[in-house]
Amino acid sequence: MSKQKMFFRMIIASLLRRRSRMLVALLSIAIGATILSGLVTIYYDVPRQMGAEFRNYGANMILTAADEAFTRSDAEQGVKMISSGDLVGYAPYRYENVRVRENPVVAAGTDFSGAKKTSPYWKIEGEWADASGELVIGANVAESFRLKEGEALTVSYTPESGEESGEVLVDLTKDFTITGILETGGSEEDYIYMSLDDLAELTGSEGTLDVCEVSVSGGADVLQGYVNKINSGSNAVRARLVKRVTASETTVLTKLQALVLLVTVVVLALTMICVATTMTAVVAERRREIGLRKAIGAPDGAILREFMGESMLLGLLGGILGAVLGFVFAQQVSIRVFSSAIRFRPMLVPVTILVSVAVTGLASLMPVRSATEVDPALVLKGE
Amino acid sequence: MSLLELKNVSKIYGELHALDNVSLKVEKGEWVSIMGPSGSGKSTMMNIIGCMDKPTKGEVLLDGVDLAKQSKRNLTTIRRDKIGLIFQQFHLVNYLTAVENVMLAQYYHSMPDEKEALEALERVGLKDRAKHLPRQLSGGEQQRVCVARALINYPEIILADEPTGNLDEANEEIVVDLFRRLHEEGTTLIVVTHDPEVAEVAQRTLVLRSGKLAKETVNPNFTGKIRFS
Ligand SMILES: Nc1ncnc2c1ncn2[C@@H]1O[C@H](COP(=O)(O)OP(=O)(O)OP(=O)(O)O)[C@@H](O)[C@H]1O
Ligand SMILES: [Mg+2]
Repeated sequence: MSKQKMFFRMIIASLLRRRSRMLVALLSIAIGATILSGLVTIYYDVPRQMGAEFRNYGANMILTAADEAFTRSDAEQGVKMISSGDLVGYAPYRYENVRVRENPVVAAGTDFSGAKKTSPYWKIEGEWADASGELVIGANVAESFRLKEGEALTVSYTPESGEESGEVLVDLTKDFTITGILETGGSEEDYIYMSLDDLAELTGSEGTLDVCEVSVSGGADVLQGYVNKINSGSNAVRARLVKRVTASETTVLTKLQALVLLVTVVVLALTMICVATTMTAVVAERRREIGLRKAIGAPDGAILREFMGESMLLGLLGGILGAVLGFVFAQQVSIRVFSSAIRFRPMLVPVTILVSVAVTGLASLMPVRSATEVDPALVLKGE
Repeated sequence: MSLLELKNVSKIYGELHALDNVSLKVEKGEWVSIMGPSGSGKSTMMNIIGCMDKPTKGEVLLDGVDLAKQSKRNLTTIRRDKIGLIFQQFHLVNYLTAVENVMLAQYYHSMPDEKEALEALERVGLKDRAKHLPRQLSGGEQQRVCVARALINYPEIILADEPTGNLDEANEEIVVDLFRRLHEEGTTLIVVTHDPEVAEVAQRTLVLRSGKLAKETVNPNFTGKIRFS
């Protein structure tokens, strides 16, 4: 039998035949590795998770006309450059001056299903409009005209006069049903909202968009990437970030990640201490064995190798366990805190195992080294 | 030249002279017993001869090499290559089987050889216990594994410190019989014992008292066989 084979035979024997002791050590290593890989998984997933969370606070990107005007299809083309996984929603807006009961009001044409996604915080008393002829009015408008949901309302529009032509201008009108009253606490309460198609019908023209609000999940870098992509890829629209939103999101995110990182570092330190104590105990109770090996003629280096081999194998097993359990742990945290699944990062598996082996190895190095200094005559005399 | 020669060896712990100016010679192939009351320095002397300790004064020549002048590392090598140790407590690695414990000595010495290790166990009558762990063996069986481990690398000298101290008469006889066979094969034996019957089987008995060599008797009718009174 080769020396190498005997080496592994001894290590395996030690792990298998001293099972209860080894299980305790393995457990402490595995728990450390689990928490470590779990926290690092969360650390990397926080921006994605929080990005989705942040989108409850509204759009973070705005598309406007590059020079004069842009159309719905221009906006759609721009939005298409954002990968569907990152796109939360987008809402085009076209504003026109209309009249309600002979008073001027601003009408906004939009896509209600998109607006719902880009402005999830909008509060509607009643229902969102979803069919043609349905209207959502701002709370201020409702108050001025004493309007309630369910009531009918006629909206009229005066086409722009071709002054020289001397045409007789006839007001265009359309009848609507009010389905809901919009409360936002902002200027939106002064407007009335209808679908783009209804606005086109009312004004008699397809018109052009004023703005398109886009909600994208992702950190500042991701967003800037899309902005650059759209600006270089489209002649009709210009994209820009809503700085106020993205900047505060970045701040919160940085703080949150720093917090998770801090916790990870603290846990890693605690784990190392815990593993070191366990390994010290494991080695301490084997001083006699070390003394015996020395008495039979083992040089210090050989004993060091054997014990390090053993603890690194433990570290390997603990690391594999920890990598698997860490993902489960991160998944549970993610589901509980962010109510969404976490993204598996294959890179973390080898990293966890490596760290686990290194920590266990380092933690055992000192006690083993001091144990090789024992005087075999003294240990073997022991009762 | 004698295999082993101690010249004016002392081991001093503070005020205490555990060994006090001891000189002796052991020839190759000799079987020597060492007796003496508790605390007389028997183990101290064995540890010095066994390269586990160094004398405070004097020379310890093993094969002409002065052990007192060797580094720790050299002592480990000499112990590994020339000496087989047997202790009063049956020191075995508790998670290794009998045969693995014997192979351990081969592993540190040269190459583990399971077949040879099994042969050594056969010599001590434990072939069928080879795959047992120490806790599955009786005290006598454990000590026989220790003997097998001590002889596996064909040491020049076997040092046994009260090898039968924890054994009953039957096992004592088995172990002494093993010593006799090793002696017949030419192995040098130094055996510390409290038991006159075990001491008597040797060719020569040295008695230590307070670290000094007090008496030396030669066994005129040496047979190597134990005789119980
Ligand atoms: N490391 C040490 N430090 C101090 N004193 C020691 C040490 N080792 C042994 N002694 C002392 O040296 C003396 C001789 O001890 P030793 O172990 O050689 O006795 P022994 O003859 O083997 O006794 P026993 O028959 O009880 O085994 C004792 O008085 C002991 O207390
Ligand atoms: Mg003693």
